[in-house]
Amino acid sequence: MAGSTLRFSLLLAAAFAGRATALWPWPQYIQTSELRYTIFPHSFQFQYHLSSAAQVGCSVLDEAFQRYRDLLFGSVAFRFPHPIDTLTINDEQCLLLSETVWGALRGLETFSQLIWRSPEGTFYVNKTDIEDFPRFPHRGLLLDTSRHYLPLASILDTLDAMAYNKFNVFHWHLVDDSSFPYESFTFPDLTKKGSYNPVTHIYTAQDVKEVIEYARLRGIRVLAEFDTPGHTLSWGPGVPGLLTPCYSGSHPSGTFGPVNPILNNTYEFMSTFFLEISTVFPDFYLHLGGDEVDFTCWKSNPDIQAFMKKKGFGDDFKKLESFYIQTLLDIVSAYGKGYVVWQEVFDNKVKVRPDTIIQVWREEIPVKYVKEMALVTRAGFRALLSAPWYLNHITYGPDWKEIYLVEPLAFEGSPEQKALVIGGEACMWGEYVDSTNLVPRLWPRAGAVAERLWSNKMVSNLDFAFKRLSHFRCELLRRGVQAQPLSVGYCDTEFEQT
Amino acid sequence: MEQRGLGRLRLPGLLAALGMVVVQAALGMQRERTPPLSYWRDLNLWPLPLSVKTTPRLLYLSPGNFFFGHSPTSKAGPSCAVLQEAFRRYYDYIFGFYKWPLGSDKVESAMELQKLEVSVIKSPQCDSFPNITSDESYNLLVKGPVATLTANRVWGVLRGLETFSQLIYQDSYGTFIANESSIVDSPRFPHRGVLIDTSRHFLPVKTILKTLDAMAFNKFNVLHWHIVDDQSFPYQSVTFPELSNKGSYSLSHVYTPNDVRTVIEYARLRGIRVLPEFDSPGHTASWGKGQKDILTPCYYAREPSGTFGPINPILNSTYSFLSKLLKEISTVFPDEFIHLGGDEVNFGCWESNLAVQHFMRNKGFGKKIEKLESFYMQRVLDMISTMNKRPIVWQEVYDDEVKLTQGTVVQVWKMGNLRMKLSKITADGFPVIISAPWYLDVISYGEDWKQYYSVEPLHFAGTPEQKQLVIGGEACLWGEYVDATNLTPRLWPRASAVGERLWSHQEVTDLGDAYRRLTRHRCRMVTRGIAAQPLFTGYCDHEGRM
Repeated sequence: MAGSTLRFSLLLAAAFAGRATALWPWPQYIQTSELRYTIFPHSFQFQYHLSSAAQVGCSVLDEAFQRYRDLLFGSVAFRFPHPIDTLTINDEQCLLLSETVWGALRGLETFSQLIWRSPEGTFYVNKTDIEDFPRFPHRGLLLDTSRHYLPLASILDTLDAMAYNKFNVFHWHLVDDSSFPYESFTFPDLTKKGSYNPVTHIYTAQDVKEVIEYARLRGIRVLAEFDTPGHTLSWGPGVPGLLTPCYSGSHPSGTFGPVNPILNNTYEFMSTFFLEISTVFPDFYLHLGGDEVDFTCWKSNPDIQAFMKKKGFGDDFKKLESFYIQTLLDIVSAYGKGYVVWQEVFDNKVKVRPDTIIQVWREEIPVKYVKEMALVTRAGFRALLSAPWYLNHITYGPDWKEIYLVEPLAFEGSPEQKALVIGGEACMWGEYVDSTNLVPRLWPRAGAVAERLWSNKMVSNLDFAFKRLSHFRCELLRRGVQAQPLSVGYCDTEFEQT
Repeated sequence: MEQRGLGRLRLPGLLAALGMVVVQAALGMQRERTPPLSYWRDLNLWPLPLSVKTTPRLLYLSPGNFFFGHSPTSKAGPSCAVLQEAFRRYYDYIFGFYKWPLGSDKVESAMELQKLEVSVIKSPQCDSFPNITSDESYNLLVKGPVATLTANRVWGVLRGLETFSQLIYQDSYGTFIANESSIVDSPRFPHRGVLIDTSRHFLPVKTILKTLDAMAFNKFNVLHWHIVDDQSFPYQSVTFPELSNKGSYSLSHVYTPNDVRTVIEYARLRGIRVLPEFDSPGHTASWGKGQKDILTPCYYAREPSGTFGPINPILNSTYSFLSKLLKEISTVFPDEFIHLGGDEVNFGCWESNLAVQHFMRNKGFGKKIEKLESFYMQRVLDMISTMNKRPIVWQEVYDDEVKLTQGTVVQVWKMGNLRMKLSKITADGFPVIISAPWYLDVISYGEDWKQYYSVEPLHFAGTPEQKQLVIGGEACLWGEYVDATNLTPRLWPRASAVGERLWSHQEVTDLGDAYRRLTRHRCRMVTRGIAAQPLFTGYCDHEGRM
């Protein structure tokens, strides 16, 4: 699609008058006027422009037209009092022009936010001119389906809300210590023995496919994370010998630590496993984790001690970690994939390929995250920022403001370094979160991150943001997203318990 | 057979302190204090009953061959709506949400539990509203083929049905099972409340009803309905319809008289009192929109500034308005108590107002503005005592030395000097409701339920008589950041921690055991349709899709 220009138009009927616009995230350039047009739902339609490179049959846009039509008009479309006699009014059109379908999706979202209703129920849109593009290309949201299993519907609903906020990466932290819900067809025992329940608490191949396609239709990439060598307790039951046996004195204690990095079997397993993962997940990138490796178990194990000696690693377990990660990275890059890792991999000086993306998540240690961003980019790596955006951390009051005011490029560094920051991610870790509280905890707080990553750096006025975000939160409610309030007040349509 | 528990009935002394008729429990309660023994491992009861004896002997239940019935000697029968409704509800809670197993209907009849027979000993109070003295004690004997639930009043039956439903679980073949057991139970405190705030955000009636369901699962018995405040006035008054016409967020953000009746009846059927709060003289900005001259005009440099403060305490019109409004409220809400608020009065506005200054001088109040507050509160307190209602007030009313009539209940909400405050208020002879440590709207990361759970309400210096004056507590979920989108997961299971603290024996404090039981209780709530959030990493068999 790249290179060709995609054109299609939105046909509207016309009318007058205006009202303050309520867009989230705020576009790069906008000019709006008091002139308003009436929209008649029954006669309104999305159409491909004659000169558009995309035409009917482009699933991404065909589906999006349908979706936004429903979002905007819902069931009222056919109860509108005026019959079809205004159908022919098409002298006023709205034109949406973009290079790719992905831009068209973002534009449709913006368009949908421009439409408003009078108290009498008439739909209006003001004459508006918008030019828009994202500040950062990687605008992600992390969900953790290991600490708590999230039903498929929760994930799909999240993808919808992400699209409303112009997020474009779903970072799926699929597995961790607590459970292994990803059903591997190469190693079915992983789920059979590692999930909370091997029937009800798993993601089948079909589920994964559905998530990927649902995301694609909304212009969202699925970045799958299979975190190793730490955070892997749930892998153990399904793959005997994969985890390091911890020792107490001279005897195995019966407990297990990180992946065992000294066995050939380990790498054979990883090689086969990641071959599957590389095929299942179409995104160029995989997230390989690499965070919080607990060295005490490795230290306790005499076989590992011997291995360390043989390799000349001395007492430096970071070298062992490095050995493991490097071998793993080689495996994955042989499958033609790029990779993202947590910052420890960089902190521990693992030798990684220069195109590795480092995700910065630690707020204070070993250095403040701002400093870490400088270090990572100075070393020439691309960086992703998450440290200030751990949305699972909750406090009383309007904490979205703090989230909103983070400036990802506020570190000392050259313009070249700044250019290496490809974006950031809002993270919703799952220790205390499942489908009962995910949605209100995520929205609209993640919206603050979304605007920071999409809009111009200069868009940082809190009052302006509060006004728009409050309005947007009500719009989310109207669209069925159980987004919590920012402060006192109300929405015309409140959330109704089912 | 293991036993845990004790029997110390603190209710009678307490009620005496409240100046009420003592209802002597007719049930055979053990009076001696037995230290808690180890728990029966499989029990998932929440809150933990006073005494639980259970055996490893299993009883099987078949959904098609089990029913609730009235004992021939019971004072209540099929005409008792509270019980008939409860029977249907609990049948659903026990069987309705599970998949019924196939072919498990054939069990040895000796092992089968076919019926729970309910017996009410005294006049059952089927058509009454629960009140502060309502007897919630019950005895539950679970054995085959007929289990018995005995209580003095229907209120005890309701609590016993909840316990009974918590005893039943499914084995891995899907069969419904209960251990043979014997339970004697009664609450530690008679006032176990949840406060909701429908002014900062409007809560749809459905959300309130859901909350009442969850309250019953946790044996709460008071819905403290902070119905109006500065931000909005959603209560639709028949006498003063303009209050909500002008003071609500919108005309769809109101509680009609029918809505209020629905809430009260739904609560009654679950043994829950509805305690209305009409907070004044502060927190009343929304009243001003629909009632002329009710608020004090604030002054700036000897001129009205255009802003308004608390209710204007110097006008006769204020009191005739309040008298009519409170008259209506006292009729609409059947509970004996009305919460009159009285917290956080902004004295600055009163002090700025020239007419108020003049009034102060006339009355000889000097510069002591608290005397004006006192003047106002006393008139309101007098009003409601003529309506045969009893007042509850926030602690400021006591702190500011308003003269309170005996029996006025003081609700303590400030953490500062909490224990000293409790000593002092009870030493002065006033009954107390504690909510200071239980502001659930104040959230933080992690397992904060433990901190709510570990509160000991009677941990203050005082005589046994003083301790008796603590009638209970309330978990408060203020609405600044809470509406229907996040109320349920924010309230549950965190409020459950308060629920057990107020129901169970003082010595039930083991955090490990509480965690184990509460985790399962939380999953049980999820199964019953309450989007209670997780305590920590893990899962429920039936995840919520809320």
